[in-house]
Amino acid sequence: MAVRYLGLLLLLVSQLSFSAAKIEHWQTPQGSRVYFVHADALPLADIQIVFDAGSARDGQQFGLAALTSALLDTGAGTWNADQIAQRFESVGANFGTSVSSDMASLTLRTLTQPALFDKALETVHVILTNPKFNKADFLREQKRTLAAIKQREESPAEIASEVFSNMLYGTHPYAHPDSGVKETVGKLKATDLVKFYKQYYVANNAMVVIVGNLSKQQAVQTAEKLLAGLPAGQKPAAIPDVTMPNQASQQHIEFPSTQTHVLTGLPGTWRKDPDYFDLYIGNHVLGGSGLVSKLFNEVREKRGLAYSASSAFSPMLKPGPFVVSLQTRNDQAQQALEVLNVTLKDFIEKGPTQAELDAGKKNIIGGFPMRFDTNKELAGYVAMIGFYDMPLDYLDTFRQKIEATTIDSIRQAFKRKVNIALLQTVTVGNSKSADAQKPN
Amino acid sequence: MIRRLIFFVVLWGAAFTVTGEPKATEHLLGNGLKVLVKEDHRSPVVVSQVWYKVGSSYEPGGITGISHMLEHMMFKGTDKHAVGEFSRIIAENGGDENAFTGQDYTAYFQTMAADKLEVSMELEADRMRNLHLLPEELKKELQVVTEERRMRTEDNPQGKMQEHFNAMAYSSSPYKHPVIGWPADIANYTVEDLQAWYQRWYAPNNATLVIVGDVKTADVFALAEKYFAPLKTSEIKPIKPQTEIEQLGLRRMTVKVPAKLPSIVMGYKVPVLKTAEKEWEAYALEVLAGVLDGGSSARLTSGLVRGKQIAVSAGAGYGLTSRLSDLFELEATPAEGKTLQEMESALKAEIAKLQKTPISEEELSRIKAQVLANAVYERDSNFYQAMQLGMLETVGLGWQKADEYVDKVNQVTAAQVLEVAKKYLIDDHLSIAYLEPLPINNSQTAKKGGA
Repeated sequence: MAVRYLGLLLLLVSQLSFSAAKIEHWQTPQGSRVYFVHADALPLADIQIVFDAGSARDGQQFGLAALTSALLDTGAGTWNADQIAQRFESVGANFGTSVSSDMASLTLRTLTQPALFDKALETVHVILTNPKFNKADFLREQKRTLAAIKQREESPAEIASEVFSNMLYGTHPYAHPDSGVKETVGKLKATDLVKFYKQYYVANNAMVVIVGNLSKQQAVQTAEKLLAGLPAGQKPAAIPDVTMPNQASQQHIEFPSTQTHVLTGLPGTWRKDPDYFDLYIGNHVLGGSGLVSKLFNEVREKRGLAYSASSAFSPMLKPGPFVVSLQTRNDQAQQALEVLNVTLKDFIEKGPTQAELDAGKKNIIGGFPMRFDTNKELAGYVAMIGFYDMPLDYLDTFRQKIEATTIDSIRQAFKRKVNIALLQTVTVGNSKSADAQKPN
Repeated sequence: MIRRLIFFVVLWGAAFTVTGEPKATEHLLGNGLKVLVKEDHRSPVVVSQVWYKVGSSYEPGGITGISHMLEHMMFKGTDKHAVGEFSRIIAENGGDENAFTGQDYTAYFQTMAADKLEVSMELEADRMRNLHLLPEELKKELQVVTEERRMRTEDNPQGKMQEHFNAMAYSSSPYKHPVIGWPADIANYTVEDLQAWYQRWYAPNNATLVIVGDVKTADVFALAEKYFAPLKTSEIKPIKPQTEIEQLGLRRMTVKVPAKLPSIVMGYKVPVLKTAEKEWEAYALEVLAGVLDGGSSARLTSGLVRGKQIAVSAGAGYGLTSRLSDLFELEATPAEGKTLQEMESALKAEIAKLQKTPISEEELSRIKAQVLANAVYERDSNFYQAMQLGMLETVGLGWQKADEYVDKVNQVTAAQVLEVAKKYLIDDHLSIAYLEPLPINNSQTAKKGGA
């Protein structure tokens, strides 16, 4: 598998002996996609069942997808929440459900000794195919969600992120927080969750990822057991396209904190964007590589303005946010924002230097095996590849695609995707204390 | 990924491995550096960690947080390498790196492709003895650490409460001060303070090198000899015990901060492996923590969040691997309409139950099943395995302790859990803090449109 890079990557001979995981792929009779990687070094398995049922499917009922997901293991079949938890924990299994903008996931980590594995698997199957959405459980989880929403209001970082998403996405379903807002969560009913579950938790909208100590045949049986009885249903229509903001804007939110949180950015890129690899390595140089990035150097190393300063793309089904962020003492917020803007503008105009690009390539390519050196991380990559329908050789060709980028291709990609004239900026902090605050 | 984070010990219940798996091998250099290697050939990668026996619990008043400050300064150059070069070289070799400081340790790590291990060894050996502490770099980095403190503590209601709580709960133990340090101490570090701290603690005979990954043990020992053996030792004077005095009655406080939700934290003074009269007591407390908070079926979530619905969240924590006696903590956020007093009563009722009725066989076997499974799951991560070895060695328990954990937990009985609950979870040794939210001023929004 690795041999074909030889001509391209003479300098990187040492990494060539390493080939990425072999991903096997098939469909269940009901039409669900399955992705499997055999990993037999440890007697455990990581399993994910993923649906296109994230918060982007909330409609106007923000928080619906998250609450539906949270209710799954609070009552299913003949078991209540305690019994479900006992079934997993008595065999040492870890189970959880989660929601992002695009996905709703059920995640299981379990030992593969048959008695333990079978009990964990049966429990997931019942949770998935026969959740009860009891009213008492619903009311309790709704209250807990409302408390968590309230707690967001005490964090300047959370407030900034919520305002920022609204500025970027307006009426698009990526605008609202996954857990919803108090006005919409307060109005949800258990029957709304049942309806959502019936529409989206269906075989044609399901994907299964299995990484672990199972044979191919066991993996085939595992996927079928997990999804047995799930109605075929339909894959939902694509979520709407993102409309770019039509002009730059800036908002300030007063908050009695000692730091001002600064976020700037715009809708950036999606998983299948042909510009993706150029944006990826470009961002790595700009603000994605932590301690050696341009932003980190300008903001922290040269000026001591912040503890963290970074930038990131979040590729999703539709353009996810490109965000540049830092936090700094209130009276320095303006100065830090200027440094941030100058660094970003300069990078978009000029792209990386040859030295920066070479260093970035060496880091990404040289560190490639560390991205999935645990089964858990590997399962995450496989889920991404499966959910976004990426080529199965995505990991095998990753280094080659990074290697092929140039200063010019990166500059062009940033020009296409990061239009400075449309940047959205939010600051959250105490502007009144800014004058009074002096360095120690 | 943020570099140079402060690491608070959250490994309770898990800092161990299972018997029967591949073991680490130890090699002691002539200058006292202990080298631990564990081979794991699943992936062509390696993690390399250097652990120093120094952390916030070693710090005298006036320079609290200096271990953490020094951790930041360790990236600022040596005789051989200019400021920032360490990080640049690691990055160009495909590596990832960071560092963390806790109460009992300061540690530095790189994860690399296995054939790049030598790069990280050379750099770590260099900065163990040859650090440059430059005034202009310290000036900037002081600002960075101050920003870090603002983010973690000043603007974080829970962080603030925990800091005040620790300062009240402990009297003579150095665990009373925060890992990041008090603000006035941070503001007044000098280059001389840092130089003295570096010279006092950064030496091969006060460090442990831990390597886990796709390596051959003999090769690693040879590399360690090559780069670390020439380093000079220091005279390491044993640290004073600073034993916590006995608490003579309940302590209570209120922390008022701008926040939205009230919460409570309760902490009982308890022994740890290093300080317990009988070692099993620490393992019994470990099981007790699992009874309360070892998953969604454990008593706090099952009984208080779901059953009585008095809390929106509740948890318990105990770390048996700290260097000095520690707290067994409970924390909870009451549900809407419930008071902190009601929350406190409910938590105390759970403790009282543990003191009256032995835990069930079902609970005990659930915890044992989890411990066994976790010992397998942990082996999925080289980093975690290295953490276990490094931490156990650094606090003075010895890395071999890892191999005993599953057996020792398996030997714990319901009667022993009852006994430690009665002996240690008593009101006279309890501290309680309430977080009482002050209103957050209504936000005003200013909009600027246009480009």
